[in-house]
Amino acid sequence: MSDTHAQTVSYVRDTMLPQQAPPLTEVGVIKWIRENLFPTPLNAILTFLSLFVVYWVVSHIGPWLFNGIWNADSLSECREIRNATLGPDASAACFAVITERWPQLIFGFYPSDAYWRPVVALMVFFVGISPVLFDKLPRKMLIGTLAAPFLMYMLLWGGSIWGPVVIGLGFVVGLVGFKYLAPINSLLATLSAIILPILFWLVLAGPIIGVLNAIAPIGFEFIQSKDFGGFTLSVVIGIAAIILSLPLGILLALGRQSDLPIIKYSAVVFIEVIRGVPLIVWLFTASLLLNYFLPPGTNFDLMLRVIIMVTLFSAAYIAEVVRGGLAALPKGQYEAADALGLDYWKSMQLIILPQALKISIPGIVNTFIGLFKDTTLVVFIGLFDPIGLAGAIRASTEWNGIYWELFLFIGVMFFIFCFSMGRYSLYLEKKLQREHR
Amino acid sequence: MSTLTDPPRASFRLSQLIYDTRYRSITIQVVAFILILAGFAWLINNTVQNLAALGKDFNFGFLSSAAGYDINQMLIEYNNQMSHGRAALVGILNTLLVAFLGCITATLLGVIAGVLRLSKNWVVSRLMAVYVEGFRNVPLLLWIILIFAIMTESMPQPNQFRGAEPTASMILGDHVAVTNRGIWIPRIGFTSSISGNESVAPIDGAAPLATGGLDWLLIFGTLALSLITIRFVRRRSDRIQEATGVRPKTWYQQVAILVIPVGVVLIALGVTVVAPYLKGFNFIEGTHLRNSLIALWIALSLYTGAFIAEIVRGGILAISKGQSEAAFALGLQPGRTMSLVILPQAMRVIIPPLISQYLNLTKNSSLAIAVGYMDVRATLGGITINQTGRELEGMLLLGSFYLLLSLVISGALNFYNRSTQLQER
Repeated sequence: MSDTHAQTVSYVRDTMLPQQAPPLTEVGVIKWIRENLFPTPLNAILTFLSLFVVYWVVSHIGPWLFNGIWNADSLSECREIRNATLGPDASAACFAVITERWPQLIFGFYPSDAYWRPVVALMVFFVGISPVLFDKLPRKMLIGTLAAPFLMYMLLWGGSIWGPVVIGLGFVVGLVGFKYLAPINSLLATLSAIILPILFWLVLAGPIIGVLNAIAPIGFEFIQSKDFGGFTLSVVIGIAAIILSLPLGILLALGRQSDLPIIKYSAVVFIEVIRGVPLIVWLFTASLLLNYFLPPGTNFDLMLRVIIMVTLFSAAYIAEVVRGGLAALPKGQYEAADALGLDYWKSMQLIILPQALKISIPGIVNTFIGLFKDTTLVVFIGLFDPIGLAGAIRASTEWNGIYWELFLFIGVMFFIFCFSMGRYSLYLEKKLQREHR
Repeated sequence: MSTLTDPPRASFRLSQLIYDTRYRSITIQVVAFILILAGFAWLINNTVQNLAALGKDFNFGFLSSAAGYDINQMLIEYNNQMSHGRAALVGILNTLLVAFLGCITATLLGVIAGVLRLSKNWVVSRLMAVYVEGFRNVPLLLWIILIFAIMTESMPQPNQFRGAEPTASMILGDHVAVTNRGIWIPRIGFTSSISGNESVAPIDGAAPLATGGLDWLLIFGTLALSLITIRFVRRRSDRIQEATGVRPKTWYQQVAILVIPVGVVLIALGVTVVAPYLKGFNFIEGTHLRNSLIALWIALSLYTGAFIAEIVRGGILAISKGQSEAAFALGLQPGRTMSLVILPQAMRVIIPPLISQYLNLTKNSSLAIAVGYMDVRATLGGITINQTGRELEGMLLLGSFYLLLSLVISGALNFYNRSTQLQER
């Protein structure tokens, strides 16, 4: 065989060729571009269209953004600086408004020597919420979570520290009553857990606070609600409503799934009425009508009314989300809890809610994001949230006529808050999915 | 035997109300009922006392008294001598108008963005992600105010369109004028209108958005009839296909049925397009879309569109790839696969949250207050309350309107859910 080959084939390669590099169009950047940007004609058109949109936006906003002037005392000074350095036709943002009005945008009319208080309150909030958010942290930190609301109230509004302390003591009284009576009679224990604190607050709290104030008058300077503004206001309303609406929403969801018709239908009516009407109408109700529904002569804080309204509003939405979680659980879970002989609250607490809440976490976080964005609506009933403050800043002579810089700042701040909440919800979703596998 | 196992028929004891599960649910409900009634009684009692202290009564008579204020955008005839009730109706129609327009554009935007976000094209999908995240994470109110500011601050004034060398020009062949006072678009008029109003006459000042209600009704009625006829044609070809295996060509019949009747009606009504033109200090003729409407409409569409994009994306992702592969294996073509296999399943996932987004959009249209759009909150819940001092009645009516609207929409949603539910074992 070999000699026939030797006669017919003039050349036979006896060494292996070295491996060749793939064609240029099949590697690296070019391959990526071909596959990701220009796989089909339609895609090529879309790519060019998107690139054009990006170019248009960047070419219009880019110079304005990068020529931004950060040091000036008024819009006219900003323009002078721009004319001097870039010429009168150049577009340049005047971010000086943000550097100059920074404290006002963040703290509103909060006294400037007490700016540390909202900051510390926010840190207290994060420390308090961290064991709830990340389950790797030690469980003992949950005690701090319980104390956080009182601490935050003390820091934000101030006044004598004994008020919040004694109010907190009421809960402790209820807990102690429950602990002592629980072995004897569970019904009596539950009743005492509700009645004892109320009695304590109504009868004992006032005198005790008075005595403690007389003995040791410690406290911060009291700050009125009307001085709250800017992002402090948004965050305070947002956080308060988030903390209060979650338990209320869960209760409403349980009520809606209840077997007892009266409980069920009152929960349904409450949820549907709240959800069917826009928040802005509820806020006007709070500011215009609440005085009609309360005993004659009562008049309480507008901010408190707003917090109550926003809480009820988002509680109804959370109730729907949690109801979805409850409905998604297989019926076997409920039946298994019954078969174990657990009573209603025990089965909810130990079997149903832990699973149902896990399913509904993304929805709950989305509701919270919506709630936080909705705090901007308080501007219409006369509170100074960031958007309201933007109007107030524009009304001053120095900054008359400034729009985009303030909008950009407020938008970016909200984006950071809401986007990070959304990312946290995604992280949680992924983690929980892993656990299910 | 049974007598031995029967429980002792002891007399009813009071403690059974709490410890016996047969009675406990009744006890709890009775207590809850009493508490709820007591709460309502307390609220109503307070309200009655407060009303008496203020010297007010509770009646809705103000709805029929003269309103005395003007509304700058109306879909039905209205002037300030008409009643508060009529003003409320004008506001309701304005709310429904912006909600309707917003739902349509939001759906378009959302479907496009949702599909494109799933595209393998890196630039396009990133751009859509930026759009969706940008709009979902910033308050709607900010977008409304921002777009309103862009409209009023960055657009040319009407007198910039004037002169030999205007600094601004109308677009789309001199038919649309974008100014800082709003957008003027051509108006469709009818020279031989059947509704009898002066259809091509210039409209100035507080103009209705459209004229010739009966004419439009006729046009859309014809269109609807054509669509129904087309359905019959399609059914017929379905039947023929099932019987013979050959589908007759009907597309030219369908086009003819769609175009010819409407065309005949339009010609009979003498339809004309009236372009706006500059006269005096402002544009006249044409239809004037105010900045408030434009800002609200665009902001609501962009904002809700971002949410709808996520819903559409989720709906498409929820259909497993096996479904389309199975359809291909059966020999269905891509178009039929989409319309017969993928879409019906994706729709079941998409429609319920989509409708609740429509509901949200409608409720969010109450943010019209930020730009002074005269919706129902501004007329009934704003000026009427301020003029008559009837907060309680006005807010009650306003709340009932929104509540009714959302109950109707969610009723429709429930009906849809029931009709498309998976029939499980």
